[in-house]
Amino acid sequence: MTVAIEVKGLHKSYGSVEAVAGIDLTVEVGEVFALLGPNGAGKTTTVEILEGYRERSAGDVSVLGYDPAKRERAFRRRIGIVLQSTGIDPYLTVRETVALYAAYYPAPRDVDEVIEVVGLTEKRDVRVIKLSGGQQRRLDVAIALAGDPELLFLDEPTTGFDPGARRNAWEIVRNLTALRKTVFLTTHYMDEAQHLASRVAVIARGKIVAEGPPSTLGGRAAAATIVRFGVSEHADELPEVARDARRVAGRMELSTTEPTHVLHELTSWAVTRGIELDALEVVRPSLEDVYLELTGGEAGAV
Amino acid sequence: MSDPGLLLLQVRFTNRAFWRNPASAFFTFAFPLMFLVIFTSLLGSGELEVAPGIVIQQDRYYVAAMGTFAVISATYTNLAISLTFTRDLGILKRTRGTPLPGWIYLSGRVVHAVLISLLLVVITSAFGILVYSADVPTGAALGQFLITVMIGASAFSALGLATTAIVPNAEAAPPIVNAIILPLLFLSGVFIPIQESSPQWMKTVGDIFPVKHFVEATMGSFYGAPLSFDWFDVAIVAAWGVAGLLLAIFFFSWEPRK
Repeated sequence: MTVAIEVKGLHKSYGSVEAVAGIDLTVEVGEVFALLGPNGAGKTTTVEILEGYRERSAGDVSVLGYDPAKRERAFRRRIGIVLQSTGIDPYLTVRETVALYAAYYPAPRDVDEVIEVVGLTEKRDVRVIKLSGGQQRRLDVAIALAGDPELLFLDEPTTGFDPGARRNAWEIVRNLTALRKTVFLTTHYMDEAQHLASRVAVIARGKIVAEGPPSTLGGRAAAATIVRFGVSEHADELPEVARDARRVAGRMELSTTEPTHVLHELTSWAVTRGIELDALEVVRPSLEDVYLELTGGEAGAV
Repeated sequence: MSDPGLLLLQVRFTNRAFWRNPASAFFTFAFPLMFLVIFTSLLGSGELEVAPGIVIQQDRYYVAAMGTFAVISATYTNLAISLTFTRDLGILKRTRGTPLPGWIYLSGRVVHAVLISLLLVVITSAFGILVYSADVPTGAALGQFLITVMIGASAFSALGLATTAIVPNAEAAPPIVNAIILPLLFLSGVFIPIQESSPQWMKTVGDIFPVKHFVEATMGSFYGAPLSFDWFDVAIVAAWGVAGLLLAIFFFSWEPRK
């Protein structure tokens, strides 16, 4: 089997509110798939349906060949879950906690090895109540890994982390891909999706608005290249290719799908006239630009 | 690991966490013994007419009464409050996402609570025997006493699970649970014996709920003559336990209430 998760026409309503409004997803075995979207877009509802916590209103869902809504024990033996909020017994130690959860699975990983993977070896005999928030989150991941799952769900794993802690968490997730684990990740950070995922689906208001590898996300909008340059004189004599350039923050800016041609024309024009194009810049739109465009500018809403 | 093995593991880890939590260890464990000393010291070793012609020793009465209080605290109060906390912390939700069957998790908690209450009954009894020269029940009375304690502990555990369904969040748990159980403990003669002269409404209320029946069955088997043991009391306690279990099955929530 090469398909780990298959979702078709998934709907979930809470009363009259439609949290998930018909989404289709396919996640291949061994890939890191990110569901990216602003808060309230339907990410957690979707992932909790896939984990078996919520029942769907309509649609077909298959996770590792199981219907998660049936909550079969065999299904739960093969997945690992990191929920959005941590919940760990405060009075057990790190090692006791991992050992307890490992015992629920038929073929668990070595407890000390899992603790090592998340970097808590020094804290193994410390009670959970004494751990920092970031350390508890790492323990969360350790618990999810304890049963050696084929498929790992991570619901906003780094929300509230400082930059250093986020880098550490990313490192842990990247190590998982080396083990051919499938990872289903939700996040509202674009850079997180970009760093970790081989494929990203952007969700907004319960619908998938874009899907693909991070580099091609957003289709034509993302395929365009932006050329910016400063020109103090002769701005009204620009060549044909730059006729649509707009003045943005003191510089001219234009968007093109043929950057080589545009640059050739533009620089030839400048050289002929002996003009220097100040601060000439050729950039691809960041995933953040694409994301803001796709989700209707709700990205900053936290 | 097999299911019975997992159940044992749950009991062991629940026990470990229980003793490391100063609040649970203190309120569940030290409270009944403290009350036993306070009540007997305060009210002395006088005599008490509980029914026409039936006179009992106050201090020996409290040994049995505090035994029932210990069982109810360790099962009903402890489970209703601590399970609400584990629910709000998200521990129950997390457990629900693992292959561990929910019934094993909850059975682990209940078995632990019942074992703690048995331990408390033994300590309370030993204390009563040493300090207040209470008699240990023997023969048939001992059997009746042990069955009563076991059924009582199980029934009050089930009622504790059911109570979590009406508790909206962890902060509300102690006041709600105490608002339910404290008046019942008073109306059922746990702290102050119900006497011949006690108001009728109080006796009627006590007769409806399981606490008084549990106290009377415990008293009848532990104290012995002139008090009598009646299986009817045990049956009422068991019926409440079954009702609690059914409510828990239908309304128990694994996720925090929103």
